[in-house]
Amino acid sequence: MTSTTDPLTPEHLSATTLLRFATAGSVDDGKSTLVGRLLHDSKSVLADQLEAVERASQVRGHSAPDLALLTDGLRAEREQGITIDVAYRYFATARRRFILADTPGHVQYTRNMVTGASTAELAVVLVDARNGVVEQTRRHAAVAALLRVPHVVLAVNKMDLVDYAEPVFAAIAREFIAYAASLGVPEVTAIPISALAGDNVVEPSAHMDWYGGPTVLEHLETVPVSHDLTDCPARFPVQYVIRPQSAEHPDYRGYAGRIASGMLRVGEQVTVLPSGATTTIAGLDALGRSVDTAWAPQSVTVLLADDIDVSRGDLIAPVATAPEVTQDIRATVCHLHERPLKVGERVLLKHGTRTVKAIVKALPYRIDLSHSLAHDNEPAQLDVNDIGAVVLRTAEPLPVDAYAESRLTGSFLLIDPADGTTLTAGMAGEPFAAQPAADEAADEGWDF
Amino acid sequence: MTTSIAPAESTDSPYALSHLDALESESVHIFREVAGEFERPVLLFSGGKDSIVMLHLALKAFAPAPVPFTLLHVDTGHNFPEVLDFRDRTVAEHSLRLHVAKVQDYIDDGRLRERPDGTRNPLQTLPLTDAIRELRFDAVFGGGRRDEEKARAKERVFSLRDEFSQWDPRRQRPELWQLYNGRHAPGEHVRVFPLSNWTELDVWQYIAREGIALPEIYFAHEREVFRRGGMWLTAGEWGGPKADEPVETRTVRYRTVGDMSCTGAVDSDATTLDAVITEIAASRLTERGATRADDKLSEAAMEDRKREGYF
Repeated sequence: MTSTTDPLTPEHLSATTLLRFATAGSVDDGKSTLVGRLLHDSKSVLADQLEAVERASQVRGHSAPDLALLTDGLRAEREQGITIDVAYRYFATARRRFILADTPGHVQYTRNMVTGASTAELAVVLVDARNGVVEQTRRHAAVAALLRVPHVVLAVNKMDLVDYAEPVFAAIAREFIAYAASLGVPEVTAIPISALAGDNVVEPSAHMDWYGGPTVLEHLETVPVSHDLTDCPARFPVQYVIRPQSAEHPDYRGYAGRIASGMLRVGEQVTVLPSGATTTIAGLDALGRSVDTAWAPQSVTVLLADDIDVSRGDLIAPVATAPEVTQDIRATVCHLHERPLKVGERVLLKHGTRTVKAIVKALPYRIDLSHSLAHDNEPAQLDVNDIGAVVLRTAEPLPVDAYAESRLTGSFLLIDPADGTTLTAGMAGEPFAAQPAADEAADEGWDF
Repeated sequence: MTTSIAPAESTDSPYALSHLDALESESVHIFREVAGEFERPVLLFSGGKDSIVMLHLALKAFAPAPVPFTLLHVDTGHNFPEVLDFRDRTVAEHSLRLHVAKVQDYIDDGRLRERPDGTRNPLQTLPLTDAIRELRFDAVFGGGRRDEEKARAKERVFSLRDEFSQWDPRRQRPELWQLYNGRHAPGEHVRVFPLSNWTELDVWQYIAREGIALPEIYFAHEREVFRRGGMWLTAGEWGGPKADEPVETRTVRYRTVGDMSCTGAVDSDATTLDAVITEIAASRLTERGATRADDKLSEAAMEDRKREGYF
């Protein structure tokens, strides 16, 4: 298999898919160099950007262009030589378009990793071949597992500094895969690379004949971006009611939204939550095309057979697989803000298209992501970057799925009602999947 | 040796959306979120290609009902006449309502002063922020894309602005999953970027796929231009050329459409959408690097202008 970095043509570009992925690594693992090399070697870096990097590299006294400079954005970061926030990068090959959430791996920025991983279908975890699996690596694996990122790549970097030695790679891969499996991660692909020298990033390495797998880019180009959705329960949060009330469309009443999970079918019996009213899907309008089926993540307009009360914030789901509604939510959260989260606090909870009042009833435990996942029971509060369990009581019933079943209808935000600050990211249910049984290990990932 | 728990399959499922369908769906979702949560949204519409694509997406998002918000254009007074004509035709065709804030009015009554270099792009900020305040807009759709410039790579889809329209990177909210938090205090507003995840090439491919009409200056045509700062600028009343800047007629097209004083044309024979797409795919310069003098002012030019309330 060869990578596809030939010049792009319109024919190539018409039928490609989109992969969203995230990278995580410590400052010294060479993450910025890896990202810079992906952008550079896939020819996504354009001449004016490269010139700017060459100028900046000369100013700093580097002899070769420092590819890490391609990815740092804000002046505040350049002055401090760190990355403080999630940056989104875009590149393309003839096979695929990529959106990369580039997240700093520094310990106090767990929230950025969580943010980047929340939309990612794949996470690249970097380790330095000289150091192996360290505390940071375990933290990154745990975040990928918590956020249920379907695919995980372990990139063992700086292989050039360990003489491209297979046993070094094998030992690290074995240790990481065992740890990831213990967190319930269904799939890990381990790749030995040198981001600096370019080995196995875009081009196959000439120094590691013993490795027969894909390069990083080849893997990114071929990993599945969607699963068989027919078995996932359908979830449709209503965003907006479309009522033209015009001479041409006097009675049109459509419910606009983006399918969060599964597939909707015309003729299917559905229930509207939280009211529980039932009706049938009479039509599906996929942005101007009338269709019989539509699936996640399409934006569509749903027409219902009966004139029932439906508004923004409601969830439409098939009667057969509708979620329970509840006012009591137990969830795993990542606290995102400097203002701590405490028991008794009144917050707003945003779930799908609905925002309701809620109160923090209990903080059962905090998890230490970096060591043994030890639980610190009933902490006084959750601080920024803390991961822990929360029990919430909402003012109104919500159709919340387990996050393990549905990333979009199992997730929510907690918001400060006073100033609108986003405080906490929540995932309903327990933090980690159970270790997969041997026969399930062949499955290609979590279904969403 | 086994390095995987499970090998990746190399085929996409039949349910995988094409990248254009995925981007379109995301943008439509953003428009509908704003319409559902804000009182007075407005869409910044210049007649440039990104704002045309935004409007196209908004029309699709709410069809068969009309777009539930108005449009706003900040006219620098140095806009291309072809683009203003296109703007007005589009507004009429879809029965939309357009507000125009004019930099010239501000210069005429002394609230703004012409810059020595004749560039008016930086002067847009004040009329824009005044219009937002006076017309009480609480959400402002902009066509900014994260691939355009390094300072934009970290921009949120919902970008909170204070009552002075200022952007503070430290106050921006983390955006997870598809949950956009648009809460704001009275007087504050949110800039919303539905095209955040689109690249220049995506925009052009989408224009081609959807058959979206554009102003003719995006395609190769003959034009009187002169060289300044490494770019071909249009000769015109706005202040160019100077005596030592010879004017010549060249076959050019525009990749972006801003103020005439700082938007450069590129040499091109691309007279059709396919030709433009082929040219962009092979291009060795970014859109802004090639054609926008305002971004060349300093390495951190965009970051500074964003802080002040620019898009």
